[in-house]
Amino acid sequence: MKSIISGKCFVYGANIDTDQIYPGRFLDLTDPDKVAEHAMEGADPSFVKEVGPGDIIVAAANFGCGSSREHAAVTLKTVGVGAILADSFGRIFYRNAINLGVPLLVCPGIAGVVKRGDRLTVDLTTGKVTNETTGAAAQAQALSGYVMEILAGGGIKPMIKEKYGQ
Amino acid sequence: MHAIEKILARAAGKATVATGEIINCKVDLAGINDLYLQTIRSFREMGGKKVNDPRKLVVFLDHYAPASTITQADNQKQFREFCWDQGIDLLMDVDTGVCHQVLADNGLVYPGMVLVVTDSHTTTHGAFGAFGTGVGATDLAIIMMTGQLWFRVPEVIRINLEGRLPKGVFAKDVILKVIGSLGADYGVYRAVEFTGPVLKEFGISERMALCNMTTEMGAKTAYIQPDEITMAFLKGKTKQDYEIFATDPGYEYAAEHSLDVSDLMPQVAAPHSVDNVFDITAYAGRPVDQAFLGTCTGGRVEDLAVAAGILKGRRVNPRTRFLVVPASKGVFLEAMDKGYIQALLEAGATFVTPGCAACLGTHQGMLASGETCITASSRNFPGRMGHTKAEIFVGSPAAVAAAALEGKIVNPADYLE
Repeated sequence: MKSIISGKCFVYGANIDTDQIYPGRFLDLTDPDKVAEHAMEGADPSFVKEVGPGDIIVAAANFGCGSSREHAAVTLKTVGVGAILADSFGRIFYRNAINLGVPLLVCPGIAGVVKRGDRLTVDLTTGKVTNETTGAAAQAQALSGYVMEILAGGGIKPMIKEKYGQ
Repeated sequence: MHAIEKILARAAGKATVATGEIINCKVDLAGINDLYLQTIRSFREMGGKKVNDPRKLVVFLDHYAPASTITQADNQKQFREFCWDQGIDLLMDVDTGVCHQVLADNGLVYPGMVLVVTDSHTTTHGAFGAFGTGVGATDLAIIMMTGQLWFRVPEVIRINLEGRLPKGVFAKDVILKVIGSLGADYGVYRAVEFTGPVLKEFGISERMALCNMTTEMGAKTAYIQPDEITMAFLKGKTKQDYEIFATDPGYEYAAEHSLDVSDLMPQVAAPHSVDNVFDITAYAGRPVDQAFLGTCTGGRVEDLAVAAGILKGRRVNPRTRFLVVPASKGVFLEAMDKGYIQALLEAGATFVTPGCAACLGTHQGMLASGETCITASSRNFPGRMGHTKAEIFVGSPAAVAAAALEGKIVNPADYLE
């Protein structure tokens, strides 16, 4: 796991639900590359054209609320999102993203101090967030030990495979 | 400890658990929905060959019932083959209905159990005093492999419901009022317990609607202490021996709220957020293109009964499509027996096979740009039922039926005896 994530950011408001992250009409797709074609389509159709590896999503409260669809985490992981920072997260989305190895950090007020396109650096170990474009800083809540363990292993699948694989 | 903590402690094989603690729990029943073939993919990616215990797994082909595309058909085919290969007998195929109603109809849910389904509305089963929670595909695949899953023991919020329900006000209105007051993220990571005298006015159907919608305030699970109403429902349904846990006196809730329902008006959540809640009269007169009655939130016998009461001998407005989806085969049969299906069909309803139907915006009643829908389901997110420029209002089954009759949003209390 890279402990320092750096990328340009995309900023959204509150209650970006998983239907906006990944619309329901594409739920029958299973190939991650196909799923990736619809990332954020319901909230921001230009996202998928502009996003690059390591880029960071910043949002206000309750990012990823709603449906349990793991597609929402798969689509953001596959387009290369490096981290997601928000005031709070929908709880199923939180688990799904961490399980896939995408770092999610609770960082109250973050959406107010960054603009789309700003360059952010996030230190996963300390939770320190720096806006390289403006010089502003913010502090995210520390990730729990278990979450760090999952992220360090590249997601939960390798962990389970090693312990329980048949 | 809270009853929820006692349920989790039992499942974790521990005498006590504390709020915030991460524990590994044995799962009594895990359910997989047909949207999530990723569950099987993750199972295989993690080196899974045989599931831990096929008797503790259930597969629901409910979201695409029946398949509308070749891809959906292929996904369902793979699910059926997986069940046959793995010896999973609980395959609920496209004739059975929405997972949560099917679980209740078949006596698969009981007090004190840990129930995990790949569906966010698994909070519904708090109505039975079960710990029900939704997860994603990979978490469910972990249960398939190990029979267990990790949980963080949640804080519990208590919501006490007092007073007497006025005419035209249902559990759906009560929970919309709660979500509107507290916000769509108020319950995130936490559990919500309902208490108070109003629960005695609610049957299992209304209690399920109440617990179901706690998902829309972000809750991890919901809980209603089992009582004589729960027992009466479960009698003859479940074959399980179960244990009812009770919260210790003096348990400290993370927060406590009280709502007196006596003066509550019928409510509606306006576009595009479930916490954007108003008295329904604020939108009276708003034309409705589609009225949708169904789903795990609002498609039970009691919901069809109230709609039939409003529409029997009358006609749905010619400018409005009225979609009706009984939540399950069991609901369909009982509603037919009671004459509700006949009444609704004669009034002009369009019936759809039991399942999730239009709720997830993929088939069987999509909305066009600029259209307005009133729904008895749970969500009004942008694009939820079709085009992102469609507008969705969430209300009670009575509000939906009254809107179907008039072709516009009205106060359903005026249409009830």
